[in-house]
Amino acid sequence: MALPPYADPLERLWHRTYQVICALVFIFLIAPILIVIPLSFNVEPYFSFTEKMVRLDPTGYSLRWYDTLLTFGMQAPEVPRDGAWYADMWANATWVQAAKNSLIIGFWATIFATVLGTLAALGLSRPEMPYRRAIMAILISPMIVPIIIIATGMFFFYSNPCGIIGIECGRLTSTYLGVILAHTILGIPFVIITVTATLSGFDQSLIRAAQSLGANPRTVFFKVVMPLILPGVVSGALFAFVTSFDEVVAVLFIAGPEQQTIPRQMWNGIREQISPAILAVATILVVISIALLTTVELLRRRSDRLRGVTGR
Amino acid sequence: MADVALLTTSDGRPLAQALVQAQARARRRALFLVLPLLLFVIFSFILPIGQMLHRSVYNDGFSASAPQLGAWFAQNPASTEPDEAAFAALAADLASMQANRLAGEAGTRINYVIPETRSLFTRSARDAKNLTPPFKAALLEVDPKWGDPALWQAMRAASSAYTLDFYLVSADFQRTADGSIERVDENRQIYIALFVKTFILSAIITVLCLLIAFPVAHLLATLPMAKANLLMILVLLPFWTSLLVRTTSWMALLQGEGVINDLLVWIGAITEDGRLRMINNQTGTIIVMTHILLPFMILPLYSVMKVIPPSYARAARSLGATSWTTFRRIYLPQTLPGVAAGSLLVFILAVGYYITPALVGGADGQLISNLIDFHMDRSNWSMAAALSAMLLVGVLILYWLYDRLVGIDRLKLG
Repeated sequence: MALPPYADPLERLWHRTYQVICALVFIFLIAPILIVIPLSFNVEPYFSFTEKMVRLDPTGYSLRWYDTLLTFGMQAPEVPRDGAWYADMWANATWVQAAKNSLIIGFWATIFATVLGTLAALGLSRPEMPYRRAIMAILISPMIVPIIIIATGMFFFYSNPCGIIGIECGRLTSTYLGVILAHTILGIPFVIITVTATLSGFDQSLIRAAQSLGANPRTVFFKVVMPLILPGVVSGALFAFVTSFDEVVAVLFIAGPEQQTIPRQMWNGIREQISPAILAVATILVVISIALLTTVELLRRRSDRLRGVTGR
Repeated sequence: MADVALLTTSDGRPLAQALVQAQARARRRALFLVLPLLLFVIFSFILPIGQMLHRSVYNDGFSASAPQLGAWFAQNPASTEPDEAAFAALAADLASMQANRLAGEAGTRINYVIPETRSLFTRSARDAKNLTPPFKAALLEVDPKWGDPALWQAMRAASSAYTLDFYLVSADFQRTADGSIERVDENRQIYIALFVKTFILSAIITVLCLLIAFPVAHLLATLPMAKANLLMILVLLPFWTSLLVRTTSWMALLQGEGVINDLLVWIGAITEDGRLRMINNQTGTIIVMTHILLPFMILPLYSVMKVIPPSYARAARSLGATSWTTFRRIYLPQTLPGVAAGSLLVFILAVGYYITPALVGGADGQLISNLIDFHMDRSNWSMAAALSAMLLVGVLILYWLYDRLVGIDRLKLG
């Protein structure tokens, strides 16, 4: 923001102060996230910079906490690192199992949330949609209702899903399906919000134009609608994935020992014995979130370009 | 007019009728697209929460295991003194509780209303099968508490599975011996106090977020696009970073042996013994939650500020307003929709927060969500449900307000 030429000295001073305040806020926003990266390479089991680290002495840094991530939970971590060692790690290491679970649960929750959410967003964006506001309010509510209430509700319901009609039919707690369904619910608001935002600038006459040229509804959807809303759908899907990938409370209530995810392991680590291994996980997650953010930003710009929106 | 009425479609139907049909079809199609998701959300989200909330008014812990006493209560009006028949029914129920191992559960139900009665039930149930008539004397000998009219009042209330007791307890009320309702002593009013604290902390966090977000959102909205996009990434990165990662990094920063304290000691601002306690207390909750919720304030503010035309401010200045007056009278009023949207969103999210207070809140930085979890842990399901219902009502009122003031469809992410 440029200062107008008629500014008096006091205003100039305030302008400087204002810039300093903004810089401090950006530091406040970003420093806590970046600080974990160097700390995760600490050779000592501390949560602060050692003298060696400050002096940039290489012996102050190590990859030991990343190594811990691989070996923790293995049956024989000490043997030489050959094929058997890697097989052991792949099958037994706690964090590797957690990563697998997070990916499986995140993948399916994203698929369900994206497919159902995109269909619903298409319906909600039609001008003829009845009860639009009320339905929208219901579909966004999983984002607003406190997570502890959602988790307790699901805990009771999933322990006997057919109990509501008075019969027994197994349970969904301690199953992958249960956690996936819970995460689908939590991801849906994000898909609805991003896809309806993409559709808000959507020119409905394009559909009519395609129809008048003889396209059937399927062709219209796949050749006209889908390419235009795809960036929004993909960002919605990424939001849903991140929501699932970061979710811990529903996992605490619904998942069994088989379905422990990365956040669940971090929760354990933070609550019990907090070690820099947690910071190593955190660093990996920060790198992943930087990659996801970049993808979403690129998609958003592409979407704006496609829809002819200039600027942010 | 006659000509208009004759307008028909090519197959001879009146045009108005065909239009109505076509519109109804379009409405059905739109609804049909939304229906799968709506059903899914109703069945695996709304129904479970409803079912859970049902537990806040329904608890058969006592009524299911005390059928005989229930029958006696049904036959005798509320003012009846418990007679020998009542004590006989109680003794029989206690004996069957002991046989079915239900005494603890039944005692727990009464324990909500009258503290320290759980052990009374388990103890008396153990002796129940050795009791001989007259039961009144026998039970009073086991424990004179059985003669307490307040206890009988509580058992009468609990003999129906449907009850408002849990809401009474959650609002810090209790039943007295004569069946009336009174507030509990001031130092035992934990629930209302926690609700108040949750709201106050959320308000503090919201105000802090607003104060911090306002200048930054203004900067982002007025900078040239290329620079603004770059700085926007600094706002969005925390938004995309795992909550647990952010909480962990704050623990590394704030703890006694952490980065900030080390830095302060190093520059000599504090002594080695004077390290600040910034975590595992209310301060920790406030700092970390402000950081986590900040993007939810910056983004709505930014989207409102971005479309405020700078010409109004320039016009005000050219008419002689000082920069402060211009800000106060011209700019600030135009940002109010963003302020309302951001503040409501942050407040709604803060009121129901669980993870951060649980990890960095210590003893005094806990919010109402953590108390719900506490009761869930101890299988006090009806209490957890009643507290959830009260929290949910608060959140839904705010959500409704948000919809009225801002509109749900204007919610944007990034």
